[in-house]
Amino acid sequence: MNAPTQQSSSAVARLGQYFKRGDSLLWLSGGALALAVLLITGLLVLVFTSGFTFFWPFRVATAERVDAPPVMGVVTNRQEQRLGADGQVVKTAQTQFKTGNRDVYGFDFLWVKKEELGGISYDPETVVLEREEYGDFHGFLAAIEHKGQVVARDAAAWEAFDGHRREMRRLAVRAKEIQREDIGEVNLQIQRAKLRLRGAQLKSADGSVPPELQAEVDAKLASLEKEYDVLRLEAEALMARSREYAALMRTVDSQERRIPLASVVRAWKPNSMGLGAKLAHYASRAAEFVHGEPRESNTEGGVFPAIFGTVMMTIIMSIVVTPLGVIAAFYLREYARQGPVVRIVRIAINNLAGVPSIVFGVFGLGFFVYFIGGGIDRMFFPESLPNPTFGTGGILWASLTLALLTVPVVIVATEESIAAVPRGVREGSLALGASKFQTICNVVLPASVPGILTGVILAMARGAGEVAPLMITGVVKLAPELPLDGHFPFFHLDRKFMHLGFHIYDVGFQSPNIEAAKPMVFTTTLLLIAIVVLLNLFAIRIRDRIRRKYQTGAF
Amino acid sequence: MNPASPPSVPTEPSSQTPEHSRSLPVSASSFAAVVPPSPAKIVVENLSLFYSEKQALHDVSMDISEKRVTALIGPSGCGKSTLLRCFNRMNDLVEGVRTDGRILLGDANVFDPAMDVIELRRRVGMVFQKSNPFPKSIYENVAYGLRIAGEKSKARLDEVVEHSLRGAALWEEVKDRLNDSALGLSGGQQQRLCIARAIAVEPDVILMDEPCSALDPIATAKVEELIHDLKAKYTIVIVTHNMQQAARVSDRTAFFYLGRLVEYTDTRTIFMNPSKPQTEAYISGRFG
Repeated sequence: MNAPTQQSSSAVARLGQYFKRGDSLLWLSGGALALAVLLITGLLVLVFTSGFTFFWPFRVATAERVDAPPVMGVVTNRQEQRLGADGQVVKTAQTQFKTGNRDVYGFDFLWVKKEELGGISYDPETVVLEREEYGDFHGFLAAIEHKGQVVARDAAAWEAFDGHRREMRRLAVRAKEIQREDIGEVNLQIQRAKLRLRGAQLKSADGSVPPELQAEVDAKLASLEKEYDVLRLEAEALMARSREYAALMRTVDSQERRIPLASVVRAWKPNSMGLGAKLAHYASRAAEFVHGEPRESNTEGGVFPAIFGTVMMTIIMSIVVTPLGVIAAFYLREYARQGPVVRIVRIAINNLAGVPSIVFGVFGLGFFVYFIGGGIDRMFFPESLPNPTFGTGGILWASLTLALLTVPVVIVATEESIAAVPRGVREGSLALGASKFQTICNVVLPASVPGILTGVILAMARGAGEVAPLMITGVVKLAPELPLDGHFPFFHLDRKFMHLGFHIYDVGFQSPNIEAAKPMVFTTTLLLIAIVVLLNLFAIRIRDRIRRKYQTGAF
Repeated sequence: MNPASPPSVPTEPSSQTPEHSRSLPVSASSFAAVVPPSPAKIVVENLSLFYSEKQALHDVSMDISEKRVTALIGPSGCGKSTLLRCFNRMNDLVEGVRTDGRILLGDANVFDPAMDVIELRRRVGMVFQKSNPFPKSIYENVAYGLRIAGEKSKARLDEVVEHSLRGAALWEEVKDRLNDSALGLSGGQQQRLCIARAIAVEPDVILMDEPCSALDPIATAKVEELIHDLKAKYTIVIVTHNMQQAARVSDRTAFFYLGRLVEYTDTRTIFMNPSKPQTEAYISGRFG
């Protein structure tokens, strides 16, 4: 045996020792964890930075251009570009401006090449208007007009601007309220009266209606029509009054536009705002985002209906999935004879958790919507057919589909927590003369509540973020009527609803102006994450309270 | 009462020399006071028990005296816990258990299919090796047996809870925190709570399966004192690995070995003057 082989064999031995100690595995698992943390942090940082800047009133630049009218807009991007012309590589840079004024130019964004770009300045008089239609307007306020007559100019116009704007906005909002609330109520009653007539028609053998009912419904319809006309006139009058004041705006390239003040959501001078004013502006827009209605095919305004739909759907889903999963788990664990059948059922349940969610969507559509919903319509709402009531997607069917999707999670978690209840506690109960059912209700169930809630938390987290099955069972792009409102019977489980997850997809990929809607996508994502976290925190809090209650401390 | 004489007890090599008698772990002064014999409360007749194929009890016959403490001793796996769990049919929970023979409680056979198990368990209470309070308040733990039996009256529950906790010598320690979780009690307190829970339903018999094996000496002493007091009202059967304990608390002792009842007589006799060589070998600590 010579020296080198001895050395190498000892090196091999050392390497063997190294692997035996498991250091390599330690590094590997540590590295994998670090990578996972990095990815999640990266995701959150991306969403936070892109989502949080959406409402900030950035400065609006005025850029002179060579051989072209000047541009006014927020600088949104800068790019180095390589152009290969005739095999030659030319380096050039370009700057992207968000110009607004879609009604004037027909576009929102404009790339300006470095050679064409003159000086950039920030005019303190620049005004940005957030409008109900056509996105933002960038320009200068020339005058305020009342029924076509100029009432104020330049500085005085800006002074008077907000007062008039509020007044006009109030009228317009009131007109919309009448249209939606009061006229909506009248329409609902007209519809109900007609349905009553049709219901009576369907019930009688020859399709005739008792004359007294016919007369009653006719009278009711006549009075409702009258009511409707009154309301419609009132709304129209309000609308007309709200159009009396308009702002005469001038763009940077000296085009003039008359913008009714009623359509201006807010106005600001971004280049002369202090930090406090900017923060206040940010807060006001963020608040509108959370509690406002969507505008401009969802790319502006708020997402309140989507928040409401997401939360309500998740709550209905939890209410359905918890008893279903818990009862199934108790049967499986406590009553079913353990054998090949139960083993197969258990494997099937675990596999169910891995089925693609769209498959559940298809099942929900076929079973809940068409079969059960259609059946309900034929039995209870025959008078409104062929218009479906429950036989179409709605929040109830979407929630039930998601409950089905998440029930394996609850079953597995519940089974685990039942199995963790000590045998001694069960035997103690049985030895006191309790029946099996009493033991389960009084001892096993309370002791396994924290575990069950863990399952519900996981189910909620999965359900709240699911989009695919919802798209075919009840989510729509725009549903101005919430599933919960002041009209009898208050819960409208048959209504379609909006959902933040679908909202992200819709705004990001289906809206006509994707580039402008991009920041909205991130902001909505942020909100969805926040809602899921909040729902989870709420459930975790309940679980911890129950756990404390059953372990130590006071009742 | 004559101990059942099993046909073939595997014999341990032993010699009944005086040294071994002197090496017994207990002295004459440590025995419970001698009490006069009493009528049988439970009669075991030719009981055999099988776990699937394995036979755990071989033809056991014995009488349990009323209002006396009967200790079951023997090495691990000798069937003493199995026998104890026959008295309230807790073995029903184990799959594949089969029994031969009878256990008479009063006139009724415990294994009779017509026997109401719930009623049986109400008459035969049990305290387990590991204290097993429910994850509920102290009050609810004691009231549990009555509540599941349908007792609604708050006044009656209050009365029974206090009475049972006093009976288990726990009242003074917990009377100010009846609504606290029972899991916050110490091990010894938890075990006495389990005893209180068992006596709250007023059973005739209390079975104790190594009730002190997880307790420290002070808590053990308290539980033993309690057993002594409970004897006045209840018939107690206790399984124990601790021979001093058997000597201290029991009036009669049965020694089991490999599923057979080897010797069963009054405690003083079995410890001071055992008649079977295996008994002597076990209690003098040569095996088990």
